[in-house]
Amino acid sequence: MGLVACRNCGQVHQKGVTRCKRCESVLQSRDHQSLQKVWAWLIAGIIAYIPANTYPMLLTSTLLERSESTIMGGVVDLVNYGAIGIALVVFIASVAIPVGKFLAIMYLAISVQRGSQRHQHGRHKAYDIVEFIGRWSMIDVFVVAILSALVQLDTLATINPGIAAVSFALSVIFTMLAAQSFDARLIWDVDRKTDD
Amino acid sequence: MNDALPSMDDLVACPQCDTLHVAQDLPEGMRACCQRCGHVLMSSQKTAVARIISLALTAFVLMIAAITFPFLSLNAGGVQNATSVIDAVLAFSDGLAFPLAIAVAFFIVVLPLTRLTALIYALGPLVRERKPYRGARIAFGLAERLRPWSMAEIFIVGVTVALIKVAGMAAVTIGPAFWAFAGVVVITILKDQLICRYSIWEALDQAKA
Repeated sequence: MGLVACRNCGQVHQKGVTRCKRCESVLQSRDHQSLQKVWAWLIAGIIAYIPANTYPMLLTSTLLERSESTIMGGVVDLVNYGAIGIALVVFIASVAIPVGKFLAIMYLAISVQRGSQRHQHGRHKAYDIVEFIGRWSMIDVFVVAILSALVQLDTLATINPGIAAVSFALSVIFTMLAAQSFDARLIWDVDRKTDD
Repeated sequence: MNDALPSMDDLVACPQCDTLHVAQDLPEGMRACCQRCGHVLMSSQKTAVARIISLALTAFVLMIAAITFPFLSLNAGGVQNATSVIDAVLAFSDGLAFPLAIAVAFFIVVLPLTRLTALIYALGPLVRERKPYRGARIAFGLAERLRPWSMAEIFIVGVTVALIKVAGMAAVTIGPAFWAFAGVVVITILKDQLICRYSIWEALDQAKA
């Protein structure tokens, strides 16, 4: 019909208008570079996730010993304290969600590229979930921040952040950007042929 | 076919899947969802703007308290260390991790405060039935766009996890800022639930005319 909607405020315009008359955002019927941006951010996110797991997240030193712990190491420590529930929260936030998100975004991008007509509702739900849940992975970065600020007891015990905290935060930021670059409208476009 | 189409100001396109709907007046307390993907298009609440403003002001005051008062303190073997929210941000300020300190500052303090300020600025005049200030639309658009990046609620869950980790090691005292921050989180969630983009854009449009 030749209409284009503003994604920021919902105002509908004639096709060819480039700026929303209400909120002044840029109008785009479809973001043709959407998938390209999704792949770029996603790959960056996966790359950053590797050092996040191999390097230490926390550097702990006490009177007796110095130790370094990675993401999985932290989870194992929590299990050893008997805090199974909290261990599960950390595991889900720092391992299950990021990995699940990589897979979900890949699946969404590939299925749109192939023009798949299957499970459109399911895929849209999946996108909603990915966008909503992705930011919760930041938990571990905040845990490191608060532990390092709190546990500074001179020689008795100190905790300092490791370099993995930085790459983990980058990984979360990159995958959030990947999810935001995905244009969910593309899932529905195979329903009918559009001319642009 | 175009003749049958209502005026463009009466159309709503779903921001998620682009399905076009005709907007109608919604009975009080009802919600309208997209026919195809179920995304909430509008929800009607008469006093929403006034409640959003009052919640935003409350959250703003609590946030200032959360930044200035002591957050947590740790006591082990006669050594004590007190921490504020700012100290948590500065935990990353050494060496290579410095950009992360800035990012964390934005996620837990700067962006939440920016969102609150922008909302109060954009909607404040509407409550007193005056014309919106210049840039009110840009401010409201900004507040909505920053929503995923404002992570106060994630921070408070992170703090809880950290507390469990150190609880075995030392005695932790919870300061007033912790409760203030928890208050910010709860109020922000209540406030965001009330925000219906469609109605607020409509209200801004009408106030301008």
